[in-house]
Amino acid sequence: MSFSSESESISLARRHRKAKLFSIFCGMVTWSGVLLLAVLLYQVSIDGFRWLDWQFIDSFPSRFPERAGIKSALVGTIWLICLVALISIPVGVSTALYLEEFAGKGKISKIIEVNIANLAGVPSIVYGILGLAIFVRFMALERSLVSGALTMSLLILPVIIIASREAIKTVPMSIRYAAYSLGATKWQTAWAHVLPASFPGIMTGVILALSRAIGETAPLIMIGALTFVAFLPEGPMDSFTALPIQIYNWVSRPQQEFHELAAAGIIILLTVLLMMNATAIYIRNKTERRLK
Amino acid sequence: MSEFEDPSVLPEINTPMNKKSALELREVNIFYSDNQAVKDVSFNIRRNRITAIIGPSGCGKSTLLRSLNRMNDFVEGARVEGELLFAKENLYGKDVDPVEVRRRIGMVFQKPNPFPKSIYNNIAWGPLINGYSDSTDELVEKSLKQAALWDEVKDRLHDSALNLSGGQQQRLCIARALAMEPEVLLMDEPCSALDPISTAHIEDLMFELKESYTIVIVTHNMQQAARISDYTAFMEMGDLIEFNVTKRIFTRPSVKRTEEYVTGRFG
Repeated sequence: MSFSSESESISLARRHRKAKLFSIFCGMVTWSGVLLLAVLLYQVSIDGFRWLDWQFIDSFPSRFPERAGIKSALVGTIWLICLVALISIPVGVSTALYLEEFAGKGKISKIIEVNIANLAGVPSIVYGILGLAIFVRFMALERSLVSGALTMSLLILPVIIIASREAIKTVPMSIRYAAYSLGATKWQTAWAHVLPASFPGIMTGVILALSRAIGETAPLIMIGALTFVAFLPEGPMDSFTALPIQIYNWVSRPQQEFHELAAAGIIILLTVLLMMNATAIYIRNKTERRLK
Repeated sequence: MSEFEDPSVLPEINTPMNKKSALELREVNIFYSDNQAVKDVSFNIRRNRITAIIGPSGCGKSTLLRSLNRMNDFVEGARVEGELLFAKENLYGKDVDPVEVRRRIGMVFQKPNPFPKSIYNNIAWGPLINGYSDSTDELVEKSLKQAALWDEVKDRLHDSALNLSGGQQQRLCIARALAMEPEVLLMDEPCSALDPISTAHIEDLMFELKESYTIVIVTHNMQQAARISDYTAFMEMGDLIEFNVTKRIFTRPSVKRTEEYVTGRFG
């Protein structure tokens, strides 16, 4: 370049090269993740695809692979996720709202904040043990859907709370001031303006959290979800099984056919997950557009 | 203070509990933690007049304005001392509910801050949460007309308020405040984010509004203060340097500092 000295243009070229190298590195890292996922999906589809039919979805488990199906696990998972959503969303969002809008910024809320962040990192099996001790034994809820849902809710609450708090924080103070200046109470302001404006962000957190819950196995095993269920749960107090448990059960059997059934189960699990996420994203985008 | 001595100009300005005052400030001190932002400020704000507060950045004028409807309550560490009398009651008295104060003393902010909702709901929300039970249609129309925005938005009341231009948004915020029928309207540099045409719109509007409202405006723009206000308070470093009839502040102020400021020799 004519307007810079030679040494300058050399160092500029070096800097450009560095920038390029870094972007290549980041790209490779990103794509290696995608590639691994693609390999996994490919492997699973190859193994499981031939078992996927209505019979598989509509049958109870069986010791004969040809007759085995996923009905009870699928229904159990749907029950579980609905219950978990019912419990964890109100509790999580209310907690986040309280911490952000109502609680002072004193020491106690700082302690709570640190604890919630720590809880998000506790292994799920620990929640399972807690659930077993409190819900199954102490509250005598037995190995029911409610026990499972309560345990799962505990597990994902930190995620929901943290995500909701972040979403609430992004609502500009000016909106709150506008409401206060019209003689609104804190509650009216939070309910009518802060919550709707942070709704898309809260939904994102909820989607992530529920996706985690749907795939969790360890806490359910811990609280004693059954692995062989030949009936459908009819109420929240019934015992149940769930997709990841059924998959785990099939994988741990020696026969090749059951491994393939597990693959088919994984496809079902992923489909449920995808449908759930798609619905949530649809709702989120719709509300986001309404706000703009 | 010596500047209040001319009785022919400001007969009522320093008399306590004057019938013509909407708000009376008596030795008001405002602190942010250990910092004192406003020092011993006393003056009366007259009903149905526009009172401007001017002064260089950081002089405490916005702080003082926000204390008039207890918006400082939301600032951590903010503390208000002294008396701010409104309808014979101290705004910071024990039995005073700040929510009630804000209902009666409205505010328009520096940056337009409409709710991310429809134009209609922006205006109707305040009255609705405060128990307004009549049809809000008329109220919305009346408020928008008062804010000189009706003709521009009457065909799209249910569009999002965020689609309006900056000047329209600010007039919407004024309409929103007016819908509460406040006794006093506080305006914190309401035109600083607006172009000259929108500014002119809002200044015209303020002239009309003072028929029925008491307005206190904080402004950086001295021409604006000179054009629209009846009384002007000049503040510097938290002190009230001079409070007087606007015409006097801008033609023959009693304090040298004021003269230097309004003639642009500093600040």
